[in-house]
Amino acid sequence: MLQDHLISAAHLSRDDIEAVLDHAAAIDADPSVVSGRHEGRVLALCFFEPSTRTKMSFESAMKRLGGETIDMGSVESSSVKKGESLADTVRVIEGYADALVLRHPSEGSAKLASEFVDVPLVNAGDGAGQHPSQTLLDLYTIRENAGLDDITVGIMGDLKYGRTVHSLAHALTNFDVRQHFVSPESLRLPRNVRYDLHEAGAQVREHTDLDEVLPELDVLYVTRIQRERFPEEREYRAVAGEYRIDNDVLADASDDLTVMHPLPRVDEIAPEVDGTARAKYFGQAHNGVPVRMALLDSLLGDDEEGDRR
Amino acid sequence: MTDEELRVSKIRDGTVIDHVTGGQALNVLAILGIDGTGGETVSIGMNVPSDKLGRKDVVKVEGRELSQSEVDVLSLIAPEATINIIRDFDVVDKNRVERTESVTGILVCPNHNCITNADEPIRTEFEVLSDGVRCSYCDTIVREGDVAEHIDARQSGETAL
Ligand SMILES: [Zn+2]
Repeated sequence: MLQDHLISAAHLSRDDIEAVLDHAAAIDADPSVVSGRHEGRVLALCFFEPSTRTKMSFESAMKRLGGETIDMGSVESSSVKKGESLADTVRVIEGYADALVLRHPSEGSAKLASEFVDVPLVNAGDGAGQHPSQTLLDLYTIRENAGLDDITVGIMGDLKYGRTVHSLAHALTNFDVRQHFVSPESLRLPRNVRYDLHEAGAQVREHTDLDEVLPELDVLYVTRIQRERFPEEREYRAVAGEYRIDNDVLADASDDLTVMHPLPRVDEIAPEVDGTARAKYFGQAHNGVPVRMALLDSLLGDDEEGDRR
Repeated sequence: MTDEELRVSKIRDGTVIDHVTGGQALNVLAILGIDGTGGETVSIGMNVPSDKLGRKDVVKVEGRELSQSEVDVLSLIAPEATINIIRDFDVVDKNRVERTESVTGILVCPNHNCITNADEPIRTEFEVLSDGVRCSYCDTIVREGDVAEHIDARQSGETAL
């Protein structure tokens, strides 16, 4: 079972991942297996930067487990604005809740926060660092559509700042997966992620051009290239257009290709792809609830049985 | 032998850090948090001919012994260094530096967006890799040749004996 906190996908073993995904599948098939299990427990949603969907997805998951959620409101109106340290903030909130979900703009914030609290803490995104609960729902979606072994996955877009990409790439090293990274040179994977993939002995290749690998792919994971990463609008336009997919671009792809995206998208996937059998991104977003239910269930444990932690 | 020559070659109580990689002596002082304002007596030999290293630096600091975290960082920039503790002109202890698994509280993370650069009640921690170090909080990797640039003199000063 998982450890007490979920900070980085790098800490997830194949067994951890499979336990959560199996549990999520059981919940998906029959939500009554966990209904009411965490009645009376409280999950604190500590969002130091806005993320409506991730927050609502955790909220929905906790409520479907019978529990309650509290949140700190907007950062502007909280004591954080007055200069309180993150360490102090989470130590106070720990007293109000049975578990914490943290979204914060600084890399390493989840690890820091976890050192100051005894209740389980889930990293829901720390700057450009990690977003491991997103990874679990990504893996769930990949497993549903393509399986998790002997597959070829293409990951495309902003690989430098994309925390969902960093977490996913780490997690995929637990499986027999060939990983292809497609991005503009300036947005390639950061050195530390390449280092870890190399250390894990992963089968990895980097490309600037999707055409080089598209026909081989079972899964294409697209991420958004953010305008603010470029000093000039013109540079952004030149790059963004090349990493946009539509049915024409996908003409060379396998019929079984699974197209994923952590959402929100801007225009990197044309709406015409939505209606095709390849488009799985909305299903992927919906998977967030059963997967986070399974995750929270395992982190919160079961007081009566006392054997789930 | 004049007094001056004696001061350079012998110290009464303190530490002699020998076999420092040539050119790293000033970084050694940075690790020790020594910038001259503390009044320590320091002697430095730079690019002294050495059988073992070709060229080596030697740093002698009077009245000062090193903490373990200082030695840990020294091992990154001067892996061949030997540390001689001197009391009453005698070498009472002689140690090679050893590479450790991590260094705490001495290096600053170069990632400005790392939580360790915010005003939080923690010390930095870097895992030692085969050719560099890696921030335990944000995972940023600093290559071995760049480690010296990220020494926090303020932090190392606090850990001084
Ligand atoms: Zn860092």
